[in-house]
Amino acid sequence: MATFDSENAARLHRELHSHLPSDPALRVKTLESLAVERGLVASETVDAWVEAYSEHIGPKRGAQVVARAWLDPAFRKRLLENANEALKEFDYQGSATGHLQAVENTDVQHNMVVCTLCSCYPFSILGMSPSWYKSAEYRARAVREPRQVLAEFGVELPDQVAVRVWDSTAELRYLVIPQRPAGTEGWDRDQLAAIVTRNSMIGTDRDLKGEGA
Amino acid sequence: MFQPDDPLAPPQPVFDEPWQAQALALADSMVKAGHFSAHDWAQTLGAALREAEGRGAPDTLETYYLAVVEALEALSQSQTDITQDDLSARRAAWEEAYHRTPHGQPVLLKP
Repeated sequence: MATFDSENAARLHRELHSHLPSDPALRVKTLESLAVERGLVASETVDAWVEAYSEHIGPKRGAQVVARAWLDPAFRKRLLENANEALKEFDYQGSATGHLQAVENTDVQHNMVVCTLCSCYPFSILGMSPSWYKSAEYRARAVREPRQVLAEFGVELPDQVAVRVWDSTAELRYLVIPQRPAGTEGWDRDQLAAIVTRNSMIGTDRDLKGEGA
Repeated sequence: MFQPDDPLAPPQPVFDEPWQAQALALADSMVKAGHFSAHDWAQTLGAALREAEGRGAPDTLETYYLAVVEALEALSQSQTDITQDDLSARRAAWEEAYHRTPHGQPVLLKP
């Protein structure tokens, strides 16, 4: 009995001090190590993805695309006709996430993007989706009561502005091109990109702030 | 629940926990390598999210990323040769490795 107790005590002691990762962390380690061992993915690929999306890839990419569309009507036309082709003019790698469609806000139409199924998102140009985009509440309410959701985001739409909600899929994702605000005449692309918010490219922001706003 | 972005707020980390980033990275890598189709990934993740909502899980990022892990486990078993037994054995091996490894040393599957 004494032997059992001391072994048990030693085991408990080891466990207390072992800092075992959380259950989901262990499940991911389990999956990744098996996938790497069987040659399904390279661990360098997974590590590079984590670093890129934690540190480097974010909505500044999309903001540059929007700013160029504001400055260059020919690019804007190409972007609206075939966004995947137009984006090849930017050196944004990692865009193998289905087809991308750009949709343009106007004085009479506001565009808003959701993925009602899961969380499909153009993350190669907008980075990781915000937490609310992944929430069950946004996925349900964006379609059911878009004006109410927009109001909660601080967007008051005049009655004459219609809302079009685009439901993303694995095969087709959307980028909203917001309207260029007044007071930005003569601005260069970087100045313009700096005022394009992430939410405006998802459609939960509308009136961007130009000079004097 | 929703509010306008605060441009003056300090930037938030993209992921709450490293495993969340690793799970999405693994899923995207599996899709890009052609082991899962993008369609199957979206359908399986969507089903895991609906299941979580159905059992009343809180509408949080933790719930979302747990659904990501569930979808990864499901598709790994249906679309690759990884089995439930492989997952159980590997999970036990990782736990054993953590228990065996002293503080400050890298945790390796094989000593």
